[in-house]
Amino acid sequence: MKFGVLVFPGSNCDRDVAYVTRDLLQQPTQMIWHEDSDLGDVDVVVVPGGFSYGDYLRCGAIARCSAAMQATIAHANRGGLVLGVCNGFQILTEAGLLPGALVRNRGLHFVCDRTPLKLVRTNLPWTHNYAADGVITLPIAHGEGCYYADPDTLAALEDNNQVVLRYCGPDGTVDDAHNPNGSLHNIAGICNPSGNVLGMMPHPERAADPVLGSTDGLTLFQSVLQAAVLA
Amino acid sequence: MAHTYQAEVYVTLRPSVLDPAGTAVCANLSQMGHLGVSQVRIGKYIEVTLEAESEAEARQLLDRMCDQLLANPVIENYRFDLKPVASQHPDGVMAVGQ
Repeated sequence: MKFGVLVFPGSNCDRDVAYVTRDLLQQPTQMIWHEDSDLGDVDVVVVPGGFSYGDYLRCGAIARCSAAMQATIAHANRGGLVLGVCNGFQILTEAGLLPGALVRNRGLHFVCDRTPLKLVRTNLPWTHNYAADGVITLPIAHGEGCYYADPDTLAALEDNNQVVLRYCGPDGTVDDAHNPNGSLHNIAGICNPSGNVLGMMPHPERAADPVLGSTDGLTLFQSVLQAAVLA
Repeated sequence: MAHTYQAEVYVTLRPSVLDPAGTAVCANLSQMGHLGVSQVRIGKYIEVTLEAESEAEARQLLDRMCDQLLANPVIENYRFDLKPVASQHPDGVMAVGQ
């Protein structure tokens, strides 16, 4: 399976993702510069975290206009797999691949922490190796991670089971006390209706090497690899 | 003939979107003794200089710019004021420079 990692001016998680896919999973991995309109033969496009274009105007607003993102939109519309992490999630919402928007954290602080997450969907290529209704812990690091959508959009997301991850307590309790940024419905990650596009604020690539204390995030990358084998 | 226009674009958060920065500033104003302040909402102000054949065309172009990039309709509203920029003397400034 071939991974492509987009690189914008200001991306800073691109090499962390490549370390997981190339070094830990031994998969061919291509870095794709934002001006590149050709994704080659990649199977999975990862839009990494960081501060693309300095977060000018709005997080992800300028990145989504890039040539590489136009190609990524076409890839997604053909059913190709696309993962957006943190700034990547913001870019996917700006691009219209995922509904809603990510706005300033409720508490105004940049939150840098490890947070428990409840797996709401485990029948996706991204998540099928996780235990159903399981709780994992992943790092988060963002200032604009408060998920917002209008009531109709939010209802549609819930009705279509597009919520993939929710912030929760260590025992899986989803409540306001365990919501680090004010996201509606404690949403930490969502997918598009067909499930090939996933956006999430937590960083699975930062919890993939055992040296860093957790491999809860590696399972996501292993899931997508295995999904390709099964397909 | 194209005319130059200057637009002052105001991008504001939709009323349904929380503005924690505005809330913090509001609290601070109250602490300073400005007790009559009940709400603060923080938005963006953008100046755009553009060329268009007419004011109507300039408005159309600006609507597209706002919808495509300057504002995110999911969370923001926008409005703009538009005014023509007085053209400089046709042979004046440029001629001196050359």
